[in-house]
Formats: sequence, structure tokens, C-alpha cells
Amino acid sequence: MSDSSTTAPSTSARPQRSRLSSIIFILTLIALIIGVSICNQLPAEHPLYVSNYMVTLLGKYLTYAILAVAVDLVWGYLGILSLGHAAFFALGGYVMGMHLMRQIGDRGVYGNPDLPDFMVFLNWTELPWYWMGSDNFAFTAMMILLVPGLLAFVFGWFAFRSRVNGVYLSIITQALTYALMLAFFRNEMGFGGNNGLTDFRELLGFDLRSDTVRLGLFIASGVALLLVFLLCDSILRSRLGKVAIAIRDAEDRTRFIGYRVESVKLALFALSAMIAGIAGALYVPQVGIINPGEFAPLNSIEVVVWVAIGGRGTLYGAVLGALGVNYAKTWFTGAFPEAWLFALGLLFVVVTLLLPRGVAGLLKFKRSSQAAS
Amino acid sequence: MSLSLHALQRLIRAASLLTMLAAVCSFHTASADVQTGIDELDGLFTRFVEGKGAQRTEALDALAALGRDDTRELLTGILEGDLMLHKETDTIVWATAQGREYAMQSLDRQNDLGSERKRKLSRLKVTNRLRGHLRSLIASLGLRSDDATERLAAIDALMETPEALPDATLQELLGSETDKKVSAALLSLQARKLALSPQPEQRLQALSTLGEDLSNDSRSLVQTLAENDSDEAVKTLAGKIARDQAAKVRLYAKAETVFFGLSLGSVLVLAAIGLAISFGVMGVINMAHGELIMLGAYCTWAMQQLMPNNLGLSLLLSIPVAFLFTGMVGILIERSVIRFLYGRPLETLLATFGISLILQQLVRTFISSQNVPVANPAFMSGVLEVNSVLSLTLNRLYILAFCLIVFALLLILLKRSRFGLEVRAVSQNRSMARAMGVPSSRIDSLTFGLGAGIAGIAGVALSQLTNVGPNLGQAYIVDSFMVVVFGGVGNLWGTLISGMTLGIANKLMEPWAGAILAKILVLVFLIMFIQKRPRGLFPQRGRAVEAH
Repeated sequence: MSDSSTTAPSTSARPQRSRLSSIIFILTLIALIIGVSICNQLPAEHPLYVSNYMVTLLGKYLTYAILAVAVDLVWGYLGILSLGHAAFFALGGYVMGMHLMRQIGDRGVYGNPDLPDFMVFLNWTELPWYWMGSDNFAFTAMMILLVPGLLAFVFGWFAFRSRVNGVYLSIITQALTYALMLAFFRNEMGFGGNNGLTDFRELLGFDLRSDTVRLGLFIASGVALLLVFLLCDSILRSRLGKVAIAIRDAEDRTRFIGYRVESVKLALFALSAMIAGIAGALYVPQVGIINPGEFAPLNSIEVVVWVAIGGRGTLYGAVLGALGVNYAKTWFTGAFPEAWLFALGLLFVVVTLLLPRGVAGLLKFKRSSQAAS
Repeated sequence: MSLSLHALQRLIRAASLLTMLAAVCSFHTASADVQTGIDELDGLFTRFVEGKGAQRTEALDALAALGRDDTRELLTGILEGDLMLHKETDTIVWATAQGREYAMQSLDRQNDLGSERKRKLSRLKVTNRLRGHLRSLIASLGLRSDDATERLAAIDALMETPEALPDATLQELLGSETDKKVSAALLSLQARKLALSPQPEQRLQALSTLGEDLSNDSRSLVQTLAENDSDEAVKTLAGKIARDQAAKVRLYAKAETVFFGLSLGSVLVLAAIGLAISFGVMGVINMAHGELIMLGAYCTWAMQQLMPNNLGLSLLLSIPVAFLFTGMVGILIERSVIRFLYGRPLETLLATFGISLILQQLVRTFISSQNVPVANPAFMSGVLEVNSVLSLTLNRLYILAFCLIVFALLLILLKRSRFGLEVRAVSQNRSMARAMGVPSSRIDSLTFGLGAGIAGIAGVALSQLTNVGPNLGQAYIVDSFMVVVFGGVGNLWGTLISGMTLGIANKLMEPWAGAILAKILVLVFLIMFIQKRPRGLFPQRGRAVEAH
């Protein structure tokens, strides 16, 4: 197979360097979180003031960044190009959305204390079994990890054991998210059909519309990104991470040496899906809606492009890509709404042709050429 | 018991109609000779208005027998209430509503009689029985019309009361009828007549004819006989025939499902076959394939804009135009992007995805983000009626045929031509082919162009089935990949079989699962299938596999 030729250039063999970049990244991230929190408290006239709108926007970007790290973990370090990670993101979002729907209680349009509005609208009389327990936050938090993780586990268990890899795996992950999208569009599924879940009011008793809570969600997203980064970073430094990179670069050789390639792939794939689920769960209360459109195959592919642009095979590159592309998207859709798809399309082409290592690759190249001179 | 009573009633009604029908039939041969005077008409109407029961029926029969050119119009006028009684002068007039008043015309429409207020006019009283009688009269007049569709309509109207038509007339009509459809209708009318006859032998005879006819009317008649007939033999035979018919109807319903499946399958194959070339033969993942299909569909639209008066020709011309245009676009994509990414399938996937976004947005910016109208030429619309239960729409039939033709041509091209030989050589072993003097890089771009061109042709076919808009291609990309992967990469026959299988499977599941769930189930099945047989139904074997 051609896997060996598709892999990213292996990361630098100098752990000190990559440790340094991790430390720089962590410090920057902490500075960003604290800085934004402080600047948000400034009076509105102040030049450094960060508006509430901006805080929510940044919070949204941070959840995207978590998703990008999840994709980078499997693509950049394991060589699995998943075109269906948005499915895990959306599933986490739906679990959170269900909890938020239950929190509305009898304040919905129909005032039914037990059933969400759309179920009353569909003349349902009782809660479907899979909505049980969604009013409990601890249970919800568990399901946010379990639902995407379990799906990824089952999916990966079949796929990796029968050695589906490369392009085939990419296509069936795309089929997976496509099938889920079609399923969630159905009203009978009990997830609000076309409209999805929306009209949320509060989370853990905090009003989701208040500015403090929005700042809180931003900070939570930042902290989650920090923790996810630390977790992935330490995994990649461990033996498990080294085996993962070995699988990426030469799967067959790794298998011949005696490693259980399937188990490593499965563990990291399921972990990555859980991380995507966390991102989705943080995303939903900030944007206030989750609908089946989140499962669209385009979304998954966009995530891949964030990672490709930022530089796969480096965690901070994935984060940079997610933040940069999304900021560009917001700016473009405001300034030239027509041009966004042109720009995104060109990004795909240019990055794959000219920047195989992404922006992070550029930085690294500069550094190593400096070191050489 | 209830049946025989019913039959008796019908018999009485039929008897009362017999005379007038004989009259209708005889007059028509001598039609248009004398324009009977208006006085006679007035007299008949007076009898109709003032008479009682049978007198009124007779008056209508006499009116029908007059042989006027406007008999049907007059009878319809009575039935629909356009003829009214003017109370002051006690005459019957044509009344047309004009605001609060009625404009009046004499019975023969020769004289305008001014207008009158509503309350000065009254409708002619027509009982339900008379209404039925009027309808049969109008229908029997239609039986002799020169227009085949009018004759058919007349026969249809008589289906409810077939006994109204005398045997002799029916035989005569059957003898002189030249139109196939009308003859068939007359035969089934005859069968219905026999089925209602009081003699069991005749009913038995009718059953054999009715058994051939699967239309709803005939099936319900057989069903009635099977349930209520007084004669045991008739009842048993009818029961058997009813079961046979039900089985046939089920069979035809299955056949229809299979046809729909094949039709969906042909669309899938058309969409996937271009991909099978670029993905299967060259190992290139072309995510912009759906957009190439979309461009092909827009070619049809553009051709129709160029020659709006000749839809058929423009559709035929758009096939080569779309092939060349999208083929060129394909070659352009290959030369500018894909060439640099051979051997890196995941990168190719991303880059071509970017191209697909650009192509979509180009169409949105320069044409429209809305769907564009693409008309179906006359020969594409219409139905092929196999029998009264099974009818196949022509456009789907043509597209099925078109798909097979494209497939055959492609197969011949790849297996029998020099170009095909070179394509296969490069796909199996690039360096060996180069060593033998095959210009591999030129073959690459031509192969990709061929795949793209076929996507364009698929777009022409799709434009006749679905809406043409910038998002047309997106709907097909996942499906097309599934078809190729299911069939086995690098195997055109596999693509054909897997496309048709998936189409039929989809349509077979639709009745009990619903359209969306059926699609989901097919996707889930495919995901499971790829896990079991990662190389598809018909995997490539031998060294070629490793070379990819």
C-alpha cells in the first residue's frame, strides 16, 4: 500500500525542541484565556476592550480547536484520515443539547414539565427511553464521553480488525457521518428532526444568556483545550505515542515487530472521538443550537483542512489552523460572503500542493535552517 | 339473493333504455339530414317538463332520437342546469350567468332573448334516476364519435351500467372498431355486461375475459362475483380468478419496484462509472467528481438556452458538448493539481475537495445560486403502458438504456482500443509501461479527462430527472464512492452490478422502511460490507493490487 508515502514528515528527533514549543503554546494559551477574561471586564470605550460577542466567538473557536486536536491525533500521528469526526462532535453536542432541553422544564412554549417542545408538537406522550437520565448533569457528562467513544470503538473495532485503511477508511467514515445526518433529520428519531435542539435557557442553574456565564463557558473551553493538549502531548511522548508514529510511518513493519496495531489504533481512535465529543458539548451551549447540519460531510472535511493548514503532526499547529481558518471565515463571510468558498477551496489546493507541513512546518523549517547556519 | 335483486333492478332500467338506444343508433346513420324544427323540440321539452315518471324518460329518448347536431349539447345542458325555464313565457332557454342576471338564448341558440333576473328563471327538475339516464344517453351518443378519446370516454361512462347497451349495438361496434384501445375497452365492457347477466353460463364466460384484464374495475367485479354470486360454479371460478389476479398484481408491483430500482441503479452507475475510471484505474480520489456531474447538467441547460425551440436536438447535442466540456475541465484539473499529487491519495482527496468548492462557487457567482430550469423534450415525457397495473415512465427507461450504452462503449474503449490498452498498462505497472514506450503522463491526463467527461454525460442524464443547481453534485458523491468501493475498485463490471444492486436494494426497502431509512440502511450495510470485504465484490487479484 501507499501509506508510507502519504504520511507527514516525522517530527523532529529532538525532544527538547518539541517540548519547548509545547511549553510556549501552553503559556500562550493561558495568557490568552486570562487576557481575554480581563479585557472583557474593561469599560467599553477602552481600546483593549473585548466585547461579549467576541468572547463567545473565541469560545466557539476554542471548541473547534479541541476538535482539530482530536483530528490531528488520529491523522497527524496515526495516519488515519477521518472524514467523519464532525459526527463525534455533533453527537457530543446532541448529548449536551438533550440535557439543556430538559433544563428548560415547563418554561417551553407548551409549558410541559416533562417533554421538550418538539415532542409535544409531535403528540408524543412520554419521553423515549434514550432520553432517560438526560436531566442529570453527571450522567450527561458521562454520556458525552461514552456515546462518541462507543460509536468510534465499535466502528473502529470492525474497521481496523479487517484492515480497512487509507482511502477506504476515509470514505466509510464519510458514509458514517452522512448516514447519521440522514438519520437525525428524521423526526421519528426523537432529536427534533430538521430543527434540532434549541431554545436553551440554563446550564447547572446558570442563565446561558448572561454575559458572565458566556465568559465562564469561554474559560471552560480554554481550560478544556489546555487539558486535552496536555493529555495528547503526554500520550504522544509515551511509548504509546511512539508506536502510533511507527504505525503511521510503516504499519506493516510495526505489525511484524510484534505490536498490536489494531489495539493501538482503536484506543487512540476512540480517545479522539471522546475529545471531539467534549468539544461538541462545549460548543452547543455557546452557539445555542444543535441540528443535523452539524453532521454534514463538509464539516468534517473542513476540520481536516484546519489541521492541514496549521500543520498536521504538531498539536499546536492544529490549534493554530483551527483558530486562523475560523477567524478568516468569520471575516470573509462578513466582508465578502461570495468569496469564502473560493478562499477555502484555494486553501485546500494551495496547502496540499505547496505547504504539505502547514504553517507549523514553515516555522519549523525556519528554525531548523537557523540552527543549521 | 341481493345480487339477483340488484340484477333485476338493472334489468328493468336496461329495458327502459333499450328503445331509446336503438333509436340513437339508427338515427345516427341518417344524421345531419333534416334539422328538425324548433317546434318539435319545444314540444318534447314541454313533455319533459310537465310529464311524469316514464313520460319524461320517453321525452328524453325522443329528443335523443331527433338526430340534431346539438343533441349532446342539449342533453348536457339539462344535466348541468344550463337550460332553464323562463317562468313568464313558459319557454326553455339557455341561461348564462352574467353578474346578477342571466343572459338568455333560444333553444337552438339562434335568437338572443335579452337578460332576466335570477328569480324569473327556474332550473329544470331532474331526479337522480333521470340524471343516470341522461348520462347513459350522452355516453351512447359518444360511442359513435369520430374521436377515439371521446369513444373511450363514452365507454368508460357506460362501465357502471353496461346493461344499457344492447347486445346488437355492442357487436356492431366491436365489428367496426379499428382503434386497438377502444376495442379492448369494448371487450371489457362486453365482459362486464355478461358478468351481470342472469344466466350463470354467461357469467362464467365473462369471467374468462375478466381474468385477463387487471384493471381495478374488472378486479372488483370478479371480487363481487366471488363473494356474492348465487351460482356455486361461478363463485368458485371467480374466487380462483380473483386469487390469480391478486397474484399477478403483486408480481407486477414487484416488477415495478425492480424497474424503479434499476432506474435508480442506472443513475448511480452513470454517476459512479466516471469515478470508477479515475479512482479504479488511476487510484485518484476525485472529490470534485460530483461537481463535474453538475457541470454536465449545466451544459444541458446552456444548450437549451442556445436553442430554445428545439429541445430534443439540444438534449442530444448536449451529450457530446458536456462530454467535451467536462473532459476539458478534468484535464485542466489533472494538469494543474493532481499531477503533483500522484501516490498521495489523501492529499489528492483534499485538493480535489477544494476544487469542488471552487467549482460550486463559480456556478453560484456566474450563473445563479438558484436552481436553473431544464425542460424535458417531448420524447422524454410519457409512459409506456405494459398493462393496466404496470406502466413505465419513458424518461427512466431511456436513462436506463443510455446508461447501458455508455457502459458498453466505455468497455469497448478500454478493452479493444489502443488507448484502452495503454490505460490498463499504466494502471497495472507504470514503470514497465513507460519502459515499453507508453507516454504515461499523457495517458494519465487523458484517462482523467475520460472519467470527467463521463461525469458530464451523467449530468446530462440527471438533468432530466432532478433539479439542476449548484448542489446537484454533492448529493451523489458519497453514493458514487459507495458504488465503486462496493463493486471493487478497478472493475467496471463490478461498478455496474453494484450500482444496480444498490438501486434495487434501496427501492425494495423503501415500502416498509421509508426513503430515508432505506438509504441509511444501505449505507450501514455498505459500511459493514467494506469491513468484511475491503476490496469489494469483485476484487482485483494478482500483482496489480500491490502496484497501487
